[in-house]
Amino acid sequence: MTGEESVSPPAGGTAVAPAGHYRFGAVLDSERIKIVSVRSTVWTLLATAVVGVGLSAVVTSAQSARYSARTAAAQQAFDPTRSSLSGILFAQLAIGVLAVLVVTAEYSTGTIRATFSAVPRRPLVLTAKVILFSVITFIVGEAVSFAAFLIGQGILAGKTPTASLSDPSAVRAVISGGLYLVALGLLALGIATIIRHTAASISVFVGSLFVLPIIAAVLPTSYSDDISRFLPQQIGTVMTTAHYHGTDTFGPWTGFIILSAYAAAALITGAVLLVRRDA
Amino acid sequence: MSVAGLLTGGGTLANGGHGLHLLSGGHHGLRFLVLVLAVAAAAVLVVALTRRARTRRLQHGRPAVPPAPATAADTPALAGSPRPASTRRDGGTIVARNLTKHYGEKLAVDDLSFEVQPGRVTGFLGPNGAGKSTTMRMIMGLDAPDRGSVTVYGRPYHGLGWPLREVGALLEAGSIHPGRSAYAHLWMLARTNSIPKARVEEVLEIVGLSPVAHQRAGQFSLGMGQRLGIAGALLGDPGVLLFDEPVNGLDTDGIRWVRQLLRGLAADGRTVFVSSHLMSELAQTVDHVVVIGRGRLIAEMPIAEFTSRNARGSVRVRSPQLDHLRPALEEAGASLTAEPDGSLLVRDLAAEKIGELAWQKSILLYELAPQSASLEEAFIESTEGNLEFRGDRPRRENAPVSKP
Repeated sequence: MTGEESVSPPAGGTAVAPAGHYRFGAVLDSERIKIVSVRSTVWTLLATAVVGVGLSAVVTSAQSARYSARTAAAQQAFDPTRSSLSGILFAQLAIGVLAVLVVTAEYSTGTIRATFSAVPRRPLVLTAKVILFSVITFIVGEAVSFAAFLIGQGILAGKTPTASLSDPSAVRAVISGGLYLVALGLLALGIATIIRHTAASISVFVGSLFVLPIIAAVLPTSYSDDISRFLPQQIGTVMTTAHYHGTDTFGPWTGFIILSAYAAAALITGAVLLVRRDA
Repeated sequence: MSVAGLLTGGGTLANGGHGLHLLSGGHHGLRFLVLVLAVAAAAVLVVALTRRARTRRLQHGRPAVPPAPATAADTPALAGSPRPASTRRDGGTIVARNLTKHYGEKLAVDDLSFEVQPGRVTGFLGPNGAGKSTTMRMIMGLDAPDRGSVTVYGRPYHGLGWPLREVGALLEAGSIHPGRSAYAHLWMLARTNSIPKARVEEVLEIVGLSPVAHQRAGQFSLGMGQRLGIAGALLGDPGVLLFDEPVNGLDTDGIRWVRQLLRGLAADGRTVFVSSHLMSELAQTVDHVVVIGRGRLIAEMPIAEFTSRNARGSVRVRSPQLDHLRPALEEAGASLTAEPDGSLLVRDLAAEKIGELAWQKSILLYELAPQSASLEEAFIESTEGNLEFRGDRPRRENAPVSKP
């Protein structure tokens, strides 16, 4: 103990812990600080925008160039809104990666222990993540969706029929583009809360988007159609189409509710596990 | 196909059609494949970018921090007092009752009960794998005990309103996103417990990380990461502080600084609970010890008592006729250790008895010196037989040469 301070006797008075309690608003703001202080957020959102708008434009160009060579039936079925929103179904991958990282980055880095030390009520943290992610994704998703639509209609003009925002169905489809990204992102966030590992969560998420349709496709048609309409990809297609002509699918809003139910189921399962498991 | 063509649409679309011949050529499968590959590449790129910092840190170990701030932060104002003026702050008591925790089949903590009182530094000692970190995580409410309970300020951790203002903890070092700055890390924690921004700057100043506060933490050395963890523990100016192996990765100055910090915090009246698997790290710093082995309590007492109770005294013997003395000592039940300087360390036999034996055998002694028991020895003695892995056995300076 040479040269170091000597020990003071144990405190005589009773220790008084500071009064006050963490509030949801503060937890939400803490999550905001987290998400804006890492680069992966910027990169995934940038990828969402580039893929969402860029691939939409590429696909729209390709379809407009091919339009005149199509059969009359195919021309009849052509939905300019759907065409201009094609990229949304790829932007969902980048949004899914962001959603997964919002949760798994805490586990892979160990930040989760600091987080839960500061806010022991874990569902509060998850709720804050869900709300913050939803708001960000809604804003970015709607911006991407409207941008893709307007650019796409510009590309189609004079070559094929075009859609405009004066058509309520088109407006519904464009708004649905953003909503679809939010719902699907929340599904990814729920999956990540359950799995807690980045690579495994992304694999499961991508698998549910791209592998399930393949499995459904190789089944006999009678099963295939029944199953396909429940798949996120199929629901997304209907949601982003202004005038859908198929019959074996759910309507756009029914589809959205089903998709939201998937997300809710994943998030609730995740929340239950979050409370039960050791951090 | 130009971007301008895409954006302006109409007029240039005929060109566009040609440019996209590959994509529009009617090969649905091919077009889809190209798109999927493009998207997959984008996704891989995103993941790769987010992991880059981490990989770089793992590859280079000690990363490239710009020299000036790194030096400034690695040995900085640490020589001085670790904290500004001492402030009185009464801590609460940590009370663990019958804590038991399994991980699968493995019993990590076994019916562990102890108390940690304010106003002193309590060492939490045990070999690696003894259950120290698990116990600390249970105190923090991160892991749930299978049985038993632990309270701080008389409440379970979950019952604390502003936990960071009451309990501060350095758990595993380097528990920070490598892409986030030290400042952002502390600020996002402070925000939840209504701790002002000024306090974030204050603790960064205290641990000497101010010059690198806005750099990405992935570039930090092990020692800097450890200091950031300590800053996080101090953030809420809590009355109870937990430090899990705080001096890991610190240099000599850093270790001295941590010792001063711990003593200062206890002198304020706070509760300080600090774990280590190396007794020598804490010998000069702790007032009280809680010693565990294989998840069970071995000792809970003042350090002086622990030392005197557990350390078997030893006697240093020097003689030109050690070979003759050895059998006699072994016969008398002593255990012997050869020292590098040629002397013999004798345990379990009093100096008087050794002298008597030597005299009987007419053996010349140059030295017969009782050694005071060291804390390190006491620690080894007390945890003997409680080691989880033989490989983790704290090494004695010398292996016993013979023991009947």
